[in-house]
Amino acid sequence: MKGRDDAAAGVTIGLEIHCQLTALKTKLFCGCSSDYRGREPNELICPVCFGLPGTLPVLNAKAVEYAIRIADALGCKVAAETTFYRKNYFYPDLSKNFQISQYDKAGGVPIASGGSVQVGGKKVRVRRIQLEEDPGKLTYEGTIEKSSYSLVDYNRAGIALVEIVTEPDFGSAKEAKVFLETLRSTVEALGVSDGELEGAMRCDANVSVSGGGRVEVKNISSFKEVEKALNYEVLRQGTFAGTGPGAPNETRHWDERRSITISLRLKEGEQDYRYFPEPDLPAVSIGAEFLETVRRATPEVQGLRAERYARDYHLKPQVAGELSRDEALSRFFEETWKTFDKPTEIANWLIGEVRGAVRSRLVGESPPVTPAGLSELLAMLDGGELTRPQARELFREMVSTGRRPSELTKGKAGPAIDEGSIAKVVSRLLSEGGAASDAKKNPKAFNYLIGQVLRLEPGADPKVVAKTLARMLKQE
Amino acid sequence: MGRLAPSAAEVARRIADQEISCEDRVASRLDRIPRMDKDVHAFLSVAKDEALEKAREIDKRVRRGEKVGRLAGITIAVKDNICVRGMPATCGSKILEGFRPPYDATVIERIKAQDGIIVGKTNMDEFAMGNTTQSGAYGPTRNPWNLERVPGGSSGGSAAAVAGGMVTLALGSDTGGSVRCPASFCSILGLKPTYGAVSRYGLIPYANSLEQVGPMARRVEDLSLLYEIISGHDPKDSTTSRRTAPHGRRPAGVKGLRIGVVKELFGEGTQKDVSRLVLDATGELEALGAVVGDARVGNLGYALAAYYIVAMAEASSNLSRYDGVRYGASVEKGNADWNEAFAATRTECFGAEVKRRIILGTFVLSAGYYEAYYLKAEKARDLIRREFERAFKKFDVLLGPTMPVLPPKIGEKVTPLEDYMIDVNTVPANLAGFPALSLPVGFAEGLPVGMQLMAPHFEEERLFTVAASYEVRA
Repeated sequence: MKGRDDAAAGVTIGLEIHCQLTALKTKLFCGCSSDYRGREPNELICPVCFGLPGTLPVLNAKAVEYAIRIADALGCKVAAETTFYRKNYFYPDLSKNFQISQYDKAGGVPIASGGSVQVGGKKVRVRRIQLEEDPGKLTYEGTIEKSSYSLVDYNRAGIALVEIVTEPDFGSAKEAKVFLETLRSTVEALGVSDGELEGAMRCDANVSVSGGGRVEVKNISSFKEVEKALNYEVLRQGTFAGTGPGAPNETRHWDERRSITISLRLKEGEQDYRYFPEPDLPAVSIGAEFLETVRRATPEVQGLRAERYARDYHLKPQVAGELSRDEALSRFFEETWKTFDKPTEIANWLIGEVRGAVRSRLVGESPPVTPAGLSELLAMLDGGELTRPQARELFREMVSTGRRPSELTKGKAGPAIDEGSIAKVVSRLLSEGGAASDAKKNPKAFNYLIGQVLRLEPGADPKVVAKTLARMLKQE
Repeated sequence: MGRLAPSAAEVARRIADQEISCEDRVASRLDRIPRMDKDVHAFLSVAKDEALEKAREIDKRVRRGEKVGRLAGITIAVKDNICVRGMPATCGSKILEGFRPPYDATVIERIKAQDGIIVGKTNMDEFAMGNTTQSGAYGPTRNPWNLERVPGGSSGGSAAAVAGGMVTLALGSDTGGSVRCPASFCSILGLKPTYGAVSRYGLIPYANSLEQVGPMARRVEDLSLLYEIISGHDPKDSTTSRRTAPHGRRPAGVKGLRIGVVKELFGEGTQKDVSRLVLDATGELEALGAVVGDARVGNLGYALAAYYIVAMAEASSNLSRYDGVRYGASVEKGNADWNEAFAATRTECFGAEVKRRIILGTFVLSAGYYEAYYLKAEKARDLIRREFERAFKKFDVLLGPTMPVLPPKIGEKVTPLEDYMIDVNTVPANLAGFPALSLPVGFAEGLPVGMQLMAPHFEEERLFTVAASYEVRA
């Protein structure tokens, strides 16, 4: 199969990533709330982002600051003066039928350009970074090809986007995916975007195989889809190789449900967006002083933090890497460490126990478990007041009740469950017969009994249960 | 000064001092509108009830001993491309039929804060593209001085409303002369402020980088009062200046003021009567003590072309939002895709001149032509700005005719090019951003002639001084 060995097949991939600055409270050019997820359609709009005639854009200064953070992290040069341009095209999701964006030709200067980053042992060049407004959102009835009408929601119109354009430096879908994951953790660490929010990071890719045409794949809505979409496209274009001139220049749409790309239009040269300077926004000067202020306020990015964790807290590189990739958990880790001096234990606990739903609750507003609470729990575990299974159980209780471990264990008889009480449960089970009768010979029945004991005494240490059970069976 | 009605400031004072009732004053003005306007057609909509209600509210506040604003009881007409909350804003176009903006333009907020009475919205060339006020979808406005003649444009409705005594003050917008041209043709005063002096928030754009909202009045004092109220930095318009200099630095008079007569503004298309009246007025300024000399401004030959390229380019983008989806007119087209539906609405609801400018603007921004047209026009613009800066080193104020011709007849057939040509004297101020004022200097064949005064950026006060000196001359 040809597409498998991507490097040999001459695969070239460049990415255009659109990253919403979700840390902003308002849109890029008006005061509307940018917290549009889960809202009723067209609830968060005003005359400006709805494009009513006579309204004017006013630039959100914080967006400039956040774009600079990203530019710095990707090694780009920040422009001393940057300009906004209009990108003109008719589309129902654009309230003005033009998008306020930036441009790197015809005298335009994007906010930053010419960077490069080291990702997974590979150098990736970043062509430019620019600020622009997100369009609204179209919902089609059925599929994009067959829909007889579409609905438009302008809540998203005007949300601040940073567009990051790479050079075609990726040789495989896998490389592209690694870059995107690193980028996501970087913007999270920078405190500018939560890439896990639906649609917060979107990606278009330019793919060409074996000297064929350049195919732009649009609508890749999540990073999970990127590798799938790119692999599909590499495979599809690979089938042209050796049979003629290669795949034609084309824009294709990633259909998530069917996991294929479909043709939107053939590219006859570049689409003409008639860019020209946005007359309602003067050029923005980015002085040395402003840059300095921005840089002082910028949190460190993941790579540097991973190094620091390994060096200062003696975490294993793999643990340090995993923890430092998560901005919120990193903060939680450092806070907990202030009152509990065993960083490895904290780190293992955070990346081992805290998963999925628990993580989101831990990093939300007024989390049920605070660093102080975790510190208290770990101290109890460390001091032998709790067994590890008991600590886990207690942690789950902390998450669901929002109470501190000391509050939860207060009044409960002896926190650690001793052998005596285990023995009592075992003897009761044995007297009930059933599985107990062949537990001596049948390991399955033995394990079943252990499970029964743990169900009745959740805090019991399974090893102690097994020992007690074996001992008592022998005595029978 | 006997020939002039009391100033707006005087009327507001009398109302505040309970010498006259605000309601009576406003009612007498409103009564005049239907009588005059059945012939003139200056207004597209009149908000009579709202105006009277506001007047009664002002009277109540006066009786309670509360302070009232500087425009208390002053009736003001507003060009239909400036948004007043709840009132129509058609821009003279079918495509905005039914649209009522849910917000006030910043200039309107400021007028309302001073208790100005907005009586209605005035006729204009469609989307301010024209100089005759006959290209709109709602019929032509006639010149109150001669109903066979155009009032000028595109703020022709506002100028006619002021000239016809239907209102005391009016707002227009000036992209390439649209305040000054009708001011000249209707024998009133009109100011195109310095670019960035007045907020454009709520002005429905034709060409953003060129235009400003401008005041129109019958006397200089009223003109400068309205300018003072509407001007100043606006956080909603990033192109407004933070300079506060313009107010309070008015020269005492024209004595010793260096006035340059710009030869290039008396080009070959200039009618003899127009030249004569403007030079006569210049002579009077000289008699008042001004130092008059000849000024040369080079490269003005590029001004018209540069102006139309920039204006049409910006217009083509500004006007793309009118697609029938969100507001305004929408042509139903069953089973069409959105592209066809947009096209149907735009084809049916835009007039011919608007379509011409959208097409030309789209062309000059297209790949391969952008450098040859748009960028070159921007270069010409810089050149013209520098030429004027040079001239302003020698002169405090420059002048010439506002319009090279007398008001044309309504319906007179001219080619678009001939039509564009008569903007030749007004477009430089928009290209270079400096302020320019048109004041009446007499009549020829019974038709008004206006003179244009120009000053460096943010020196509106000089213009008011010169105009006021001329106004009160012997």
